[in-house]
Amino acid sequence: MKTDIILAGVGGQGILSIATIIGEAVMNEGLYIKQAEVHGMSQRGGSVESSLRISSDPIYCDLIAEGTADVIISLEPMEALRYTPFLSKEGWIITSSNLFANVPNYPEAEALKAELANYPNVILIDVEGLAAENNMKKSGNMILLGAASKALGLDYALLENAIATVFASKGAEVVEMNKKALAIGVENAK
Amino acid sequence: MKKLLLGDQAIALGALNAGISGVYAYPGTPSTEITEFIQGSPITKERGIHSRWCTNEKTAMEAALGASYVGKRALVCMKHVGMNVCADPFVNSAMSGVNGGVVVLVADDPSMHSSQNEQDSRFYAKFAMVPSLEPSNQQEAYDMMGYAFELSEQQGLPVMVRVTTRMAHSRAVVEIADAPRAENELSFPKTPGNYVLLPANATRRNKEVIAQQVTLENMACESQYNALIFPEAGKRYEKGVVTCGIAYNYLMETFPDGVPFPVLKITQYPIPKKLIKELADACDQILVLEEGQPIVEELIGGVLGSDKVKGRLTGDVNRTGELTPDTVKAAFGLACEKVYEKSQVVLPRPPALCQGCSHRDVYTALNDVINEYPNAKVFSDIGCYTLGALPPFRTISSCIDMGASITMAKGAADSGLFPAIAVIGDSTFTHSGMTGLLDAINSKASITVVISDNLTTAMTGGQDSAGTGRIESICLGLGVEPEHLRVMLPIPKNHDELCNIIREEIEYKGVSVIVPRRECIQVMNRKLKQKRANKA
Repeated sequence: MKTDIILAGVGGQGILSIATIIGEAVMNEGLYIKQAEVHGMSQRGGSVESSLRISSDPIYCDLIAEGTADVIISLEPMEALRYTPFLSKEGWIITSSNLFANVPNYPEAEALKAELANYPNVILIDVEGLAAENNMKKSGNMILLGAASKALGLDYALLENAIATVFASKGAEVVEMNKKALAIGVENAK
Repeated sequence: MKKLLLGDQAIALGALNAGISGVYAYPGTPSTEITEFIQGSPITKERGIHSRWCTNEKTAMEAALGASYVGKRALVCMKHVGMNVCADPFVNSAMSGVNGGVVVLVADDPSMHSSQNEQDSRFYAKFAMVPSLEPSNQQEAYDMMGYAFELSEQQGLPVMVRVTTRMAHSRAVVEIADAPRAENELSFPKTPGNYVLLPANATRRNKEVIAQQVTLENMACESQYNALIFPEAGKRYEKGVVTCGIAYNYLMETFPDGVPFPVLKITQYPIPKKLIKELADACDQILVLEEGQPIVEELIGGVLGSDKVKGRLTGDVNRTGELTPDTVKAAFGLACEKVYEKSQVVLPRPPALCQGCSHRDVYTALNDVINEYPNAKVFSDIGCYTLGALPPFRTISSCIDMGASITMAKGAADSGLFPAIAVIGDSTFTHSGMTGLLDAINSKASITVVISDNLTTAMTGGQDSAGTGRIESICLGLGVEPEHLRVMLPIPKNHDELCNIIREEIEYKGVSVIVPRRECIQVMNRKLKQKRANKA
C-alpha cells in the first residue's frame, strides 16, 4: 500500500497532532513513513502544510509531487483548496467546514462549498459543531481524523491504539474522549 | 531500537550517542530542534552535558573550540545565516585545528521558509578548507554524526554537517544504537602552538591544511557515504547524474523502477574529483542535482563546460528555491501529472502577530506617533516583530540581519534622518544589538531604540533569552543615560503612556532606549497550561 497525504490548516490549529497519531499507527504496523513539516515564521496565523507519506515499501522523497496526493486532510476549507494542485484525480478531500477568516476579503462560506463541490470525493464535516455538541472541544482534530480514516487505508484499530499510546500520559479520560472523537468522525463521514 | 524522528532529532541523538560533552547553539529555523532535543534528553541530565543556549553563533563556536582544546567533543548548531555570525571562529578553527572533535551543524533554508536569503553553507566549508557531510536521509543523518566526530578527531579539523529544511524538518523511522559512547577524557593539544595564530604559526598551519586537502579528497572518494553506481559496467551513457544530499531522494522518486543512468551520490566533500572524472568519462552529459546554490555544478562545469554539465546554472533545474519532485522530474523532461489547477477562491494567508502579542501594542503606538513626523523611519530586526512590515501595521522599513536595526538607525541619523527609530527584540539585542548600541552612545547618535522585550526568543518557539532580567543593566552599563531608559508595560490600556514616552524620547537628541516589556503570549499560555497540568 501507499498513501500520500497532505495535512493543511492555519498555524496554531494543530495539524501536527493528526500527523502524530497517523505516524504512531504506521510505525506500529511496520510501514514506512516520511513526514515533512514547516516550522518557524509560517506558524503564526498563516497557512501551514505537512506532507505525510506512508507505504509498505521504502519511501525516498519527503515531499509529494503535484497531482499525486491520495488525501488532503484540512482543518479549514480554504486551506484544503490551497493544495488541490497536489491532489490526484480520484483523491479525497476531508475538511472541516469551519471557517478561519483572519484575512480581509475572506470568501463566503457558500463560495468555498461550491468550489469544493467541483472535486469528486469530498467530505465536509462540522468539526467544531460536533466537538461542542459532544462536549469535547479539544478533540476536534481526532473527529477530523476519524472522518478521514477510511480514505487513509489504515485499520481503525491501529488509529485507536495510536491514540491510546500518544495520549497515555494525559490519563485514561483523555484517551477515551479522543477515541470517542475518532468514532464520531467515522460516523459523521458517512 | 526504532524511533520516528525529525531529521533534527536524529542528528541530536547521533551527537549524543557520539559522546558529546556539550552542544553550543543559538536558536534558528530549521536548526532549533537539535539543541532542544539534547536539552530534553536523559543522557544530558545524567552526564551533565552542556546544553544551555548561547548568546549568538560566534560565542557558540568559540566555546565549542574551547571544549575541543581540552579534548572534549562538542556540537555547534545554527541556521545558515548564523554561519555568517560565526564565520570568524569557524574559518580560524580550521587554521588552529581541533583536539576533541568539533562538528558544526548548519541547517540551510532554500526557498526561505523562515529566512532572509538562500546562502549555501557548503561554500563556507570549502572556504575554510574543512570536510563537510550532507546526509541524504534521516538514518544517514543519525549515522553520520558519529562518523563526523571520528573524522574531525582523525583529521584534527572541524567538520561541517550541512542539512536543508526538508531534512531538518522531516520525520522518518530511524534505527538507533542502544548505548552512547563515553565522553572523551580531558586532554591537551599535542601541538599547543597551533592555537596561537600568530603569523609564524598561522603560516605553517595554512600550509599544513592545504597539504591535507589531498587526503580529504581521497577520503571523499573512498567514503562509504559516497557512491558511483553504473546500471551496466563499461557501457556509454547519454546522461549521468550527480546528486548532493537529499537530491538523491528526488532522483529515486523520479525513477521508481531504477535510475537508467549512472549516478554519483555525494554526501561527503570536498567533491570526489576522481569519481566525477569516472562519471564524466562514461557519459555525454552530466546533470547536477543539488539543494541550495549550484556549487558543485559550478566546480565541475568550470572545467567541463556548460554543454556537458547541466543544472541550476544552465536552467535545467530551478535556479532558486528548493528542489521538489516536480522540478526534478522536469529536469529529465518528464511531464508533471498535474490534475487540478489552483482554485480561484483561495487567498494568500500570510503569518501575523498573535492576538494579544505585546509587539502589537508597540507598533500601534509607534504608528500613532510617527504619523506626526513626515520623515520618520523605523529600522527593524529579525524576530516575530518583523511581521510589523505587513498589514495592518506596515511600520518598519528594514529587516536585514541580527542587530542591524540599531546600527542602521545610527547610520541614518548620522546622515541627517530625524527621527531615526530602531525596533529590536530582547534576544536579538543580546545576540548582536549591544555592540551597535555602544557605537551609537559613543557618537551620541540621535536615535530612539525600542527593545520590545517579550522575555524569550519567541520566533523559534520560546527559548531562553540571554539577557532576561538584565536588559536595563546592560543598557546602563553601555552608557545609556538613566533618564532616557524607559521601561513600561505594553497593554492596550497604556497606549497613551507608550505614545508619550516615544514622543519624548524622539525629541531627545541622543540615544534613548524604550523597553516595553510583557511576556510572549505563547510562552505565557504554555506556562499556564503546564501549571494546570501540574495541579491536576
